[in-house]
Formats: sequence, C-alpha cells, structure tokens
Amino acid sequence: MKGSPTRSRLVGLTLLALVLFLPPILLLFDRPGSLGLSILPVYVFSAWLVIILLAAWVLERKDEN
Amino acid sequence: MRTEWVSLAVGFSYLGILFLIAAWGDKRSIQGRSIINSPLVYALSIAVYCTAWTFYGSVGRAAETGLSFLLVYLGPTLAMLLGWFMIRKMIRISRAQKITSIADFISARYGKSTRLGVLVTLIAVIGVMPYIALQLKAITISHALLTGYPLEPTQALATKAFLFDKSFWVAIVLAVFIILFGTRHLDASERHEGMVAAIAFESIVKLLAFLAAGIFVVFWLYQGPMDLFEQAASRTDLVGTLGLDAVPGGAVGWVGTLILSTLAFITLPRQFQVLVIENVDERHVKRAGWIFPLYLFAINIMVIPIALAGLLMGDGSPDDYVLTLPLAAGLDALPLFVFIGGLSAATGMVIVETIALSTMVSNHLVMPVLLRWKWLHLDPALNLSGWLLGIRRVAILLILLLGYLYHALIGESYTLVTTGLVSFAAASQFAPALLLGLYWRGGNAKGTAAGLVGGFIVWGYTLLLPGFALSGWLDSSLINQGPWGIAWLKPYALFGLEGWDIYAHALFWSLLVNIGLLVGVSLFSRQSNLEQTQAALFTEALRPDVMQTPLWLGQTTKGELYQLANRYLGKVATLKIFTQLGSTESPSAADDTPASPTLIAHTEKALTGALGSASARVLINSVVRGEALDIEAVLSILDTTSQALEYNKRLEQKSTELAQIGEELRGANVRLRELDKLKDEFVAMVSHELRTPLTSIRAFAEILRDSPEVSPEQKSHFLDVIVKESERLSRLIEEILDLARLESGRMRLDLKPVNLSELAKDSADAITQLYDDRQVALKLLLPAEEAWVKADPDRLQQVVINLLDNASKFTSPEDARVVMTISSKTNRWLLAVEDNGTGIVTEERDKVFEKFHQIQQHKDASGSRPKGSGLGLPISRGIITHHQGLLYAEAGQVLKGARFVIELPTIQP
Repeated sequence: MKGSPTRSRLVGLTLLALVLFLPPILLLFDRPGSLGLSILPVYVFSAWLVIILLAAWVLERKDEN
Repeated sequence: MRTEWVSLAVGFSYLGILFLIAAWGDKRSIQGRSIINSPLVYALSIAVYCTAWTFYGSVGRAAETGLSFLLVYLGPTLAMLLGWFMIRKMIRISRAQKITSIADFISARYGKSTRLGVLVTLIAVIGVMPYIALQLKAITISHALLTGYPLEPTQALATKAFLFDKSFWVAIVLAVFIILFGTRHLDASERHEGMVAAIAFESIVKLLAFLAAGIFVVFWLYQGPMDLFEQAASRTDLVGTLGLDAVPGGAVGWVGTLILSTLAFITLPRQFQVLVIENVDERHVKRAGWIFPLYLFAINIMVIPIALAGLLMGDGSPDDYVLTLPLAAGLDALPLFVFIGGLSAATGMVIVETIALSTMVSNHLVMPVLLRWKWLHLDPALNLSGWLLGIRRVAILLILLLGYLYHALIGESYTLVTTGLVSFAAASQFAPALLLGLYWRGGNAKGTAAGLVGGFIVWGYTLLLPGFALSGWLDSSLINQGPWGIAWLKPYALFGLEGWDIYAHALFWSLLVNIGLLVGVSLFSRQSNLEQTQAALFTEALRPDVMQTPLWLGQTTKGELYQLANRYLGKVATLKIFTQLGSTESPSAADDTPASPTLIAHTEKALTGALGSASARVLINSVVRGEALDIEAVLSILDTTSQALEYNKRLEQKSTELAQIGEELRGANVRLRELDKLKDEFVAMVSHELRTPLTSIRAFAEILRDSPEVSPEQKSHFLDVIVKESERLSRLIEEILDLARLESGRMRLDLKPVNLSELAKDSADAITQLYDDRQVALKLLLPAEEAWVKADPDRLQQVVINLLDNASKFTSPEDARVVMTISSKTNRWLLAVEDNGTGIVTEERDKVFEKFHQIQQHKDASGSRPKGSGLGLPISRGIITHHQGLLYAEAGQVLKGARFVIELPTIQP
C-alpha cells in the first residue's frame, strides 16, 4: 500500500489544493474585477473545479500497482 | 395554493415517499440485491452533509460574510482527497471490529474503554444539539413563510405555549417518523440500507430544488448572471460583499474555518455513520472522492447569485432569501418545491444524526448501566434484544425533544450558520482521538479522556457559554468584560487573543488543549495490554494479515455462549452466528461441549455490533473462564508480524534468485552435455577421417611388400595412391591443428594491409591447374580501384582457395562455371564466390559451417565418398572471424547456385 502512485498523487493534489485555497495565493485574487466586485469568487470556484477534475483523473485511472 | 393544508399534505407525502424508498431499500437488502451498492449512491449519501444549514444558511452567510460560506465545502473536498487511505482505513477497522458509531470507534481504539464511550456520547449529544435545533428552526420558519408570506415569520413564531409551537410538532412528527423508519429491524446491528437509499434520494431532491431556485433568480428575475452582477456592482454598499474583507477574522478566520470544516466532516456523528458505518464496499470511497466534491460544487454555484439578488431586494432575513425571492415574485409551485428541498435537507440530517446518536446513547450510556445491574445476569429467561430497540426509540424521542428545547430557549439568538459552526467545533474535538489513533500507537485511554474533557470544556467556555450570554440567559458583561471583570478570561478573547473570529479562536484553544493533553498524558502514563493490542490493530489496519487472529483462549461451553447471544441478539441472529461456523446440530442452552476460540470471537463481534465494544467485552468476560484474552500472545504476534513479513519478503527474494540460478545452471548443464556429445562425435569423425587414408596406405603398402610379382606400372600407381593418401592425411592433420588453434584462440595472425583484388587474382592463379583438370570455367569480376583490407595474406588466401575449391566441386556437371566478384558495401569489402550448381537450401546455409557437416549429409544421401574433409568451411569461418569479418552463405545472384561471401572492414592503405 505504501508508496503506491495513487496515494502519492492524492497527497500531492491535497497540498496543491491547500496552496490554492489559502493565503497568500488567495490574496492575489482579492481585487476588484471589471464590474467593481471582487473576483475572488471566480478564482475560488475555478480552482475548486480544477482540483475536482484532477482528483477525478487521478482516482479513475488504473493504478499501476 | 399555499394554504396550510396543501403544504402539510405535500410535506407528509414527501415523508411517505421517503418511507417507501427506505422500505424498498431494506427489502432489496434482505434479498441480497442491494440498491446502495454503488459509488454514486455512496457519494449522494455523504451529501447528508448539506443540511438545511447549507440550503438556507449558505445564502445567509454569503450575504453577511461573503465567501466564508464556501470554506465549509472546501474542507470536505480536502478530506475526501485523503479519503482513499484515511477513510478506507476507518472502514476496514470498523468492518473487522463491527464498530457501530464514532463513540464505539474511539472507545474500541483505546482498549474498548467504557469511559471513553460515555464521554464521546455525551459530547456528541451536547455538541450536536444546536445543529438539530437549527434543522427544526429551518423547517418551522420555511413552513411559516410558505403559508404566511409576506407576514414577518418571527411574528408567526412569537412565543407560544409549546403545544401551539409548530417546532414542537415538527420535532414530534420527525421523531415518530425516524422511529418507524430507522429502528424497524430486530437485529439492531445491521446497517441501515433503506435509510441510506432514502438519504441519497433526498440529496438529489435538495440539489434540484436549490438549482431551480438559482436558475429562477438568475434567468427570471434578472437577464442572466451579467445583469445581476452589474446591478449588484452599481450598489456601493454591495461592492465589498465578495472580497476577503467581508470574511470574519480575515485570513486567520479563513484558515480556521477551513480546518474546522475539514475535521468536522469526518467527526460529526452522522458523517461518520454514512462515511464509515454505512459504507457497503470500501472501493466506493475512490469514486466518491471526486463525485462528492462535485456535488458540493454544484450545490454552491448558485449561492452567490441568490445572495446578491436577495440583498438587492433588501427585504427579510438573509437566511430566507432562497424562499422569499420566489415568494416575492408571486409564484406558487417553485416556493413549494424549494420548501420540499429545504425539508429534505433538514430531514436527511435529522434522520441520520438521531439514528447515530441513539445508537451511541443506547450502547454507551444505557447498556453499561444496565449491565452493571446484577439481576439482569441472573434471569436467563429475559430477552434483551427487544430492549435494545426500545432504548433506541426512547433515545430518538429524547434527542429530538432536547433539540426542540435548545431551539425554543436559545435558538433565536443565532443565525443558522453560526449555530452550525458551534456544532462543528464540538465535533472537531473527536478529531485528535480519531486521527492520531489511526496513525500513532502511543495514545492511550487516559490521555484521550483528558484531551476530550479539556477540549470540550474550552469549547463550552469559548462558544457555548457566550451563546447563552448572547441569548440573554447570562449577563452580557461575561463577553464584554470577562467573568468577574477578569479581562484575560473573556470567552471570545482568551488570554488576550483578540481580533480573531470566534470560531478560529475557539478551535485554536480547544484543539491546543485537546492535543496537548492527549499527547502529554499518553506519554506519561502506561497503556494496558488490551490498549496495546487495539492500538496495534488500528494503526496496522491496512495490512491484510492483521485482523484474522482469534483473540480468545479462555474456556466456556457452547450452551453458555448460546444463552448469552440469545439474550442480547435474539434467536435469528444467534442461529446465524452458530451456523456460520459450520455447526450442523442446532445449538441449545444445554450444550456443554467447549466452545472454540473462533466461536467466542464471533460471538463477541456480533455482540459488539449490537451493544458496542466495551459492553460486549464485559458480557463475554462474564461467561468465559480462565485468562480470557491472551493479549501477550497477540501482541507478540503483531509486533513480530512486521519482522516476519520482512524476513518473508527477503526469503522470497532469495528463493526467486535461487530458482533463477538453478534455471541457469540447468541451461548450462544442457549446453555442456551437448558440447560433450559434439566432442565425442568430433573425435569419432576425426578418427574415421584419419583411418580412411591410413587404411588405404597400409593396404597398398602391404600389397607392395607381399606381392613382388606386381607390374612396375601397377607399382607406381600404388605408390602414387600412397603418396596422395599421405598428402591427404597430412592436410587433414594440418586442418585439425588449425581448428584446434582457432577454437582455443591460439591462432596467430600476421595482419597487414592487403589489396583484396590482388589476393583474389593470386588465389585464382594458384588454383588454375585444378580448375583446368576439373574443366571448370572461372571468371573474375574485380573493381577498378584497389580494395584494401587488413589481413594475414596467407590465411586469407587459404580461405579464398578453399572457397574456390569447394565451388568447383559443386558446379553443374555440364557447363561448369564459377564466378568470383569483389564489391564494396558501406565501409566493407565483399568477396563472393558463386557456382552454378544446385545451391544450398535456406535452412542448410548455416549448417554447412558445422564441422564434418558435409560428411553427414553425404552419408545420409548416397553413402558415396565425401568430396572434402568437412573441416574447410568451419576453419575458413574461424579465420575470417579472427579478421573481424564475416563469412556466410546465401542464394546465388549471378549463377543461381551457392554463393559464399567474405566481408572484411575497409581500411586506408
């Protein structure tokens, strides 16, 4: 079980999610967009969707082990 | 259409449908054709996470505190990413140990401790109470809005005697429904497949209802999302709503809520129930790992538009926008659908939560007390399996009534989301015991108990107590000035930690105390043997060999076990235990044959499934005599298992290596035998070859000696033969010597630049006489330029002459012709000798280079004398190989006979 590629990939993905969802990356996107509203929601939702799609890709592919 | 009766009828019909789905699910489960055996259903059942709090509260939170509502869903996304090994581990442990709840799990992990079971149950009941209250509140308010809009809902809810309070009746209806729905089985240890099916259905309903409301807002009230956002942006007071500044506590609050929701997602009793206990197949965790986050994504995508639209409308409580927006537009059907969606979100949560809590209460609060009353043991006729269900039903009713009380007394002072987060923080107190317990063997029951109590007290002080103060139960000076005016004890700013949002603040202090006590006390106190065993079993759960060890070595009779099981589990379940182990005779109380350790272990597991691990152990101890549990043995097994595994692995490696070497040896042996055979054959051939000329020499010499009357012509003929045969003999010996030199690598070559064309001409000259004798025409096709190669000229000439000699022997009898050509190929010179004979078939082309091949062939064919010794070609090939060249046979190109080619590397002269 240890060192299986799926396991390592999931841990990596979790770390990526943490980086994307936490300051300071988060602070970069807390700025007004063209309408004057903050674009933070657009960023969080997009990052979230990317993480979900990556997770689907990692979890649905055949484990080489 | 929105009358009291219509809404009641719709609401009850919805509950009826749930009931039917649950009944269907249970029926299919009994038939063995489970409808919940799919990762999709599993993911939808986990979505019980989205309660009325999500359905109504997210919009409220988005309207008031911006994006912070999303954190409650990002956390579970993180948890599900790690679920494939973390949640799966919990599932595997729970299956092996028949765990029934999170209280059971923690109690079992720390040595099946009764005390921990009680503690976790109490914390869960107290901590989750606000959450249940919240659902009751949501149902009541949404119903009031549906029937009374545009009446102010608080008006409708104004303080009334409880008999006229709708929340009270909602609680009663739900209690009855859940009792009918969740505790119908006699065998209380089974999973609730019907419930899970109904919950999955509810998840679909609430998602559709929420999306419908969102689509209505965006595309009906406004002309698409851009229109909505433009209008929101034009309002100066709304511009800041979506930024990080709106989030309470800013960046710290953001991180705190994210951690809080990640932990609570696993430790909330109902989440543990659907994630771990109700899981059918651990492989489902994999796909649910992305389907569930996708569900969360979908149910949140419309939150911000609805919140903005609500703010633009500017009417009513933000918690109600989902319902008030369609109501204000004067619609009839949509509000009803939204109400059903909210109802499904609330009922789903209440159903699973109360079932999980009632199991905990009956197994960890009530049963331990009952088991300590001696009279229960003394009356064997009393069947307790019925009691279990009774206890659970009463527990469900009490939990809902407590929820109602909380709602009636303090519920008004909090918004929906605030209440939910209070419960989250309480549930998070289980996280250290649960997660550390999965990976760290050192934690023990004392440390865990200390950590839980400490964390719970801090939680109560920093979140629950100030809540009471806010609702007016306590003096609000507690919050502003601290108790007795001590400023550093202010509940929202403990030890002067100011400026944090209250949840991050409470989470930090409570987890600090919790983990600190757990680790600290564990490090300075001892584990009992049973604790060590359980710790090892839990932390090593993903290792396949761990769970199978039967633990019981004590003695008891089958009859006693039968009585015990029968009393607590009922007849059907007991029969199942005994027949599972292949016993053919029907068990009876009078059976006094000794029970096997496996049977004792099975009975304990079955009892654990119904009563929790701590109680089951007490019961088994009451009938098993002798040292019941040989923990030392088990421990040593577990500790040595990893070593043994390591040894095993190495042994396996060694044995594969050995097998490989053996295989190689066998191959080498076969080759050696072949070589040996070849050597014998070779010696036989050589002797034969040498004997033939010797015999004729001897024969003719004898004739000459014994017959003086032989004529001089005959004499000279005989002498000719003797000379020829001697020459043949010496040539043969020379060849054999060459061969020996070649094979042993002792052949010395005098390498120098040689012009191949020159050499070819010389060879042709040398053999002219022979060709003339045999009447063979030789033709040379040589290139204009000089063909320089590095070679020993004598040896190379020997090879060419040998080839020419051979060719002349195999030409066509009439019109015998041989062609020798020299041509160049990338960095190589090719000398080819070709005859116009019959050629050599493809599969024979390599065999002609074997020693004595020709002889064998001829022997096979006609038995006539061979035309050569059969050593020429092998020697030639050996010589050419020593020149770093190639000698091979191929199909003729010019004369269509046999063609032999020498390839040698080109050099500069």
